[in-house]
Amino acid sequence: MEHIRTPKVLHSMVSSVERPPTTPSGGQLILRCKDFRIFQIFIPQERDGLDVHASLARLSRPEKYSELYCLSFNPNVNKEEREESWNFIDLMADYKRMGVPNNLWVATAANGEYRVCDTYPSELFVPKSATPTIIVGSSRFRSRGRFPALSYFHQDTLAAVCRCSQPLSGFSGRCQEDEMMLQALMKSNPGSDYIYVVDTRPKLNAMANRAAGKGYENEDHYTNIKLQFIGIENIHVMRSSQQKIIDVGEMRSPSMTDFLWGLENSGWLKHIKAILDAGVFVARAVADEGVSVLVHCSDGWDRTAQACSVASILLDPYYRTIRGLMVLIERDWVSFGHKFSHRYAHLDRDPKEVSPVIDQFLECVWQLSEQFPCAFEFNERFLIAIHTHVYSCQYGTFLGNSQKERRDMRLHERTHSVWPQLWKDRGEYTNPLYKAELSQSQGVLRPNTSPYCFKMWKGLYNHAEKSTPPRQSPADFLSAVREESQQLEEELTNHQEVPPGGTAHHHHPGSRQEDRSPDGEADHLGEDRGSPEED
Amino acid sequence: MSTEIMEFAELIKTPRVDGVVLHRPFMPTVEGTLCLTGHHLILSSRQDNTEELWLLHSNIDSIEKRFVGSLGHITVKCKDLRMIQLEITGMEECLNIASSIEALSTLDSVSLMYPFFYRPMFEVIEDGWNSFLPQNAFKDLESMTDEWRLSEVNKDFSLCPSYPPLVAVPKDVDDETLKKVATFRHGGRFPVLSYYHKKNGMVMMRAGQPLTGTNGRRCKEDEKLINATLRPGKRGYIIDTRAINVAQQAKARGGGFELEANYPQWRRIHKAIERYNVLQESLIKLVEACNDQSHSMDRWLSKLEASNWQTNVKEILTTACLAAQCIDREGASVLVHGTEGTDSTLQVTSLAQIILDPGCRTIKGFQSLVEREWLQAGHPFQQRCAQSAFSNSKPRYEAPVFLLFLDCVWQILRQFPCSFEFNESFLVLLFEHAYASQFGTFLGNSAAERARLCLPEKTVSLWSWVNRPQELERLTNPLYEPNSLVIWPSVAPQSLLLWEGVFLRWNRSSKCLDEAYEEMVHIIEYNKELQTKVNSLRRQLAQLETEDPLLHTP
Repeated sequence: MEHIRTPKVLHSMVSSVERPPTTPSGGQLILRCKDFRIFQIFIPQERDGLDVHASLARLSRPEKYSELYCLSFNPNVNKEEREESWNFIDLMADYKRMGVPNNLWVATAANGEYRVCDTYPSELFVPKSATPTIIVGSSRFRSRGRFPALSYFHQDTLAAVCRCSQPLSGFSGRCQEDEMMLQALMKSNPGSDYIYVVDTRPKLNAMANRAAGKGYENEDHYTNIKLQFIGIENIHVMRSSQQKIIDVGEMRSPSMTDFLWGLENSGWLKHIKAILDAGVFVARAVADEGVSVLVHCSDGWDRTAQACSVASILLDPYYRTIRGLMVLIERDWVSFGHKFSHRYAHLDRDPKEVSPVIDQFLECVWQLSEQFPCAFEFNERFLIAIHTHVYSCQYGTFLGNSQKERRDMRLHERTHSVWPQLWKDRGEYTNPLYKAELSQSQGVLRPNTSPYCFKMWKGLYNHAEKSTPPRQSPADFLSAVREESQQLEEELTNHQEVPPGGTAHHHHPGSRQEDRSPDGEADHLGEDRGSPEED
Repeated sequence: MSTEIMEFAELIKTPRVDGVVLHRPFMPTVEGTLCLTGHHLILSSRQDNTEELWLLHSNIDSIEKRFVGSLGHITVKCKDLRMIQLEITGMEECLNIASSIEALSTLDSVSLMYPFFYRPMFEVIEDGWNSFLPQNAFKDLESMTDEWRLSEVNKDFSLCPSYPPLVAVPKDVDDETLKKVATFRHGGRFPVLSYYHKKNGMVMMRAGQPLTGTNGRRCKEDEKLINATLRPGKRGYIIDTRAINVAQQAKARGGGFELEANYPQWRRIHKAIERYNVLQESLIKLVEACNDQSHSMDRWLSKLEASNWQTNVKEILTTACLAAQCIDREGASVLVHGTEGTDSTLQVTSLAQIILDPGCRTIKGFQSLVEREWLQAGHPFQQRCAQSAFSNSKPRYEAPVFLLFLDCVWQILRQFPCSFEFNESFLVLLFEHAYASQFGTFLGNSAAERARLCLPEKTVSLWSWVNRPQELERLTNPLYEPNSLVIWPSVAPQSLLLWEGVFLRWNRSSKCLDEAYEEMVHIIEYNKELQTKVNSLRRQLAQLETEDPLLHTP
């Protein structure tokens, strides 16, 4: 393969390899990546092309976890660094930050050793009045045992965002412990005498589930709940919708009509809007009405994760920081058993399990950052970097489908966590306009979700455009200016150490003169920006 | 003038109503006194007697009234796309106010327009009427080439009523020839110089369509004129802004296009830029889509598509890029025309200059471009901007030709945010003033009409107001870094966005975006401040070093 020059692409990032018919000038391979990049590789010899095609086809479809990149190098190199990397995000510290445990919400040991629910984390917070009997009883009445647990506690109103899976109610089933559990949720919010139950599915889908012995809460059985359907479509609809928007991004010189029609036909922005609307509903209930919300979908690990995490972003400025977003993803996605390996096809398994669930969450955050340019500490690059690592399997963070699976695989001993690496590169991921003091950065975000506020995320879906000469980026320009300001500030501080007036002369250290660059740093501005324009 | 004021008085049935409630999007409701003057609708809240609303009647596109009991609701829809609501108690008063507004906002006579009554409250530092005289612009050209001359052949506007008195033409072509060519071009618009590309000496010219008619009339003088702009052995491009079939159809009405046989040194390219009635329709549909209350994504995207607005933006920009490419990349001269040469032609020639000429991307340069390529070039502003998207009357000559041009400039500005000295506010300001203004700049349809109206004597120029430090500061792009490059915008649909600053301006709160802009300004201002401090400290230190030799021996 020496004669093939390719940029570095992890095998696990390869989504498909095509081999169009050989032409007189040689054969070619078309590599489609999971981050929607496309590479064309020209291979003069047909035979080589066949070999490479076969190898890539196999290598890009690992069958076992052990074939993955993050598990294929010696974990004991940088052992300390590795161990340290897993302590970087501390979920318990975040619960503490939001004021939990307290006299309303307490930790429960019920799921120790994943006894009650094997897709939940072992450490969980539940209403103070929820006894182990209630928890276990409720879990038996919920899909996959995913009983109601705390996702986010809003200190300002004492209302909470909780999550679970659908109840196994069928047409008439009920469960006393589950009813008590929801009652306990309500009682854990002294400011309100009811809770919202948000079923993020379209009502029709939820009703269809009743025939299979599942479904949604019967308002006659649960006192003091208000049921709300949101209408986020299922993973299959989302999978095909994303394929369509990828196609839109790849269209070669489309007309405006082709483009807008493709955008509409993909349905993608409609789905993004539905997810954001779900988050907005939850956030408003918690912040404006002071009412706690219990969110579920079917299994409570896809749409529920989306709605809860979007709500947290809206409710709490901390999750709009670089570290905060890591914490949020670690909590609502990683710890609560979002099935990363299934959804992002880490292994060659059932293609029907694959769906861009976290892609949609990241896009919601991006859409928000367009409306609130100063509210997020991170930039678009950070979101894209997370997106890449969700698929790349370069780190262990997103491997497996639950905390239990990751423990059983001993991932903490065999792989590194991605977060410290991203943190190390945070300079690159910082939004120069972020300003924590502004009102848009503090408190609750109240986005406008009118259709015209949504745009196609070019950064993710329009790589073809990006490969043409890069456009000027105000953000990069401002980052460079800020960096330069920092250097100037340092220089000023250094100078000001010199007391003014005549006496200063003798104290002035000579070395200071060497520090000063004779040309000054004022000219760096132009150089940093480069010249994106063509002549 | 006193008779005119009398005239207004007749139109104002009720000059003043108390207890009027004003609703505006994203602003608190205000109750106050509504006053109608000859040119303004004013609402001042009773508490502190401050004006909450000060609206030019000429900005009002249409009004709607309805009653709930005796409470009247008047919806005022403005040409700048704003919608406000007034609640007036009392049916008679409401009807009076409504009919007064209607009458005052549809005055026919130009001389009754506000610019003739407006007296500036600011000190005019530089009279905008003298800022962009053609003879001054020509001096720049003279410093680059001697192949062109200024002709006074149109000094009394007799040859071409829509041209200015002075036009630049090839040096070797005399006025007699020009007179003959004028008879062969639509509206007498013989080919004149629009732009000289310093880098390679290539030029862009513009004209009206040739009047070839069905039997292929030709005009040797016309051929001579445009061939005079070609270097020996070089070919040029004629960009016809109409689709070939539209150009063919024009022959039946006496128009047409240049036949290859008669213009062998020129290659003709047809592009399809829409004409004015279609564009007006497009604007109306777009604005309707933006105000759709259904909140359905499918509906929004399909209405946006159906409005064709973005398609028009793409088509105009594509044609401008083509013209710029012929000049800069192909090293060829270009002649641009459509039918009249006063609409799509000007969109193309002015945008091509934005792409090619960094001078046009400065605040003054852009003003000069608007003056040269739109006002002097005879774009009929008064006809085109008489009504905007909310008008109930059937459009006659109205069309958002200039707004589309500004939209295209905004698209380029967005793609090259560091290459323009001005910011989006400047473009929005020009849009507003083209439709309703206290200044005389956009009154009239041509230089001839403006001369007849004695605008420089009787009205204030918009440029006089803009070119003052405090205004300039507001309109300056903090990211601007002068560069001398040609900028090639992307015209891919994914790269062209809806101009939110105009079309969604009143549909959403701009608070967060304004804060971001201020933050951006702050970052850059702070950096400049630090640079100044550091530089002065460095100077002080350098001085101390020369004064005190001890420093050199640490």
